[in-house]
Amino acid sequence: MREIDANTIISNIKEMCIEANLYLSNDIESAVKKAFDTEKNELGKKIMGQLIENLEIADKDQIPICQDTGMAIVFVKLGQDVHVTGMNLTDAINEGVRQGYVEGYLRKSVVKDPIIRENTKDNTPAIIHYDIVEGENIEITVAPKGFGSENMSRMYMLKPADGVEGIKKSVVEAVSMAGPNACPPFVVGVGIGGNFEKAAILAKTALTRDINTHHPDEHIATLEDELLNEINALGIGPAGLGGSNTALAVNIETFATHIAGMPCAINMCCHVNRHSRRTI
Amino acid sequence: MDKRITAPIDKETAASLKSGDYCYISGVIYTARDAAHKRMYETIQNNEKLPIDIEGNIIYYLGPSPARPGQVIGSAGPTTSSRMDKYTPTLLNLGLTGMIGKGKRSPEVIESIKANKSVYFAAIGGAGALLSKCIKKAEVVAYDDLGTEAIRRLEVEDLPVIVIIDSEGNNLYETAVEEYLNK
Ligand code: SF4
Repeated sequence: MREIDANTIISNIKEMCIEANLYLSNDIESAVKKAFDTEKNELGKKIMGQLIENLEIADKDQIPICQDTGMAIVFVKLGQDVHVTGMNLTDAINEGVRQGYVEGYLRKSVVKDPIIRENTKDNTPAIIHYDIVEGENIEITVAPKGFGSENMSRMYMLKPADGVEGIKKSVVEAVSMAGPNACPPFVVGVGIGGNFEKAAILAKTALTRDINTHHPDEHIATLEDELLNEINALGIGPAGLGGSNTALAVNIETFATHIAGMPCAINMCCHVNRHSRRTI
Repeated sequence: MDKRITAPIDKETAASLKSGDYCYISGVIYTARDAAHKRMYETIQNNEKLPIDIEGNIIYYLGPSPARPGQVIGSAGPTTSSRMDKYTPTLLNLGLTGMIGKGKRSPEVIESIKANKSVYFAAIGGAGALLSKCIKKAEVVAYDDLGTEAIRRLEVEDLPVIVIIDSEGNNLYETAVEEYLNK
């Protein structure tokens, strides 16, 4: 049994909240640059150029890439031979988020009650997804998520007879509806299978996967490519003002499902697809 | 066409701007997003006085991130406009001449933009660090308790925006994508 002090968790979470909001991961940054190079519409190219300049300013002046520094989504793969000492893990994660958002000049975008809507003023609570795995490490992914794109996400409870065509139709429809509202170019996270809540978590998880990788199953990898082509044929383009780059990537995650169903969740994300990952 | 405009703007200036124009705004504009809109709307319903003058002004749908010491403001890009749709016609009827945000507007808002000869601009979503450089001064003027959602008075210099919906109801989100696809 390995012991990990809660303070280690707190300081790592704090740093990850800040770094995720200031720098994009390499895969996303290269995709943004590639979109600038390949964009066929003149206005779209100008916008991609501004998004690149924006990343440079964010880095140089330590200003968040986007003012919506998101709700903190935290994925934890907790090795079952780890014991966190000094504080319970959930509290430690929330303390890290609190310190990161307050000390890192990040926006406080969380309200305590969805109806009364009073700001918690420190961006807590985080939304935490735990997974128990083998070993004595903790892998933590902090993925701050903006709501311009979150609001355009969709859940389709498809039926087996809808088949791959039904999945494609749903994803393309969700992207079309998102249009300029969700700050294209997008990263599209898709979760297929499981049940109602599992599909949504798969879609969110898909957004944290390196966009230069494919799903290990060949038929799903093919579907990722086909969907990306169909989405880019929509012509929505950067900022929704026309162009060849509507999405940078489509990442799909799958899970076993029931004989009667084929849930399909689409988690829309903008190019500010933030995630910071560390193994402790 | 590239245009330079000075805010606040009157209805004639608003009406002279055409869907697709690339504009650089200098002058004074105000920020307001969901919570501030809700409060202003309720104030109007109760026949009370608004904390800012709406007539002739431009509202930027923005909730900035906090400024670091030595900076005027933090990241300062647009939020999704459609969430303000419910409140917008009431403000347009009071003389609001321009709005800066991102994304589609409801048919009711488009009708109201036409009827009131105003204009809807988009700033580039996700470019908050870049856009912050155009803000030279920022000051909370109302609803301080709302934090990032407070109403701020901004002095801006060459803030880059694109006319999406003009006073005739032309909508760049529809025409630009169509034009690109037909090329
Ligand atoms: S959708 Fe993304 S880029 Fe657009 S405002 Fe939200 S977080 Fe920022």
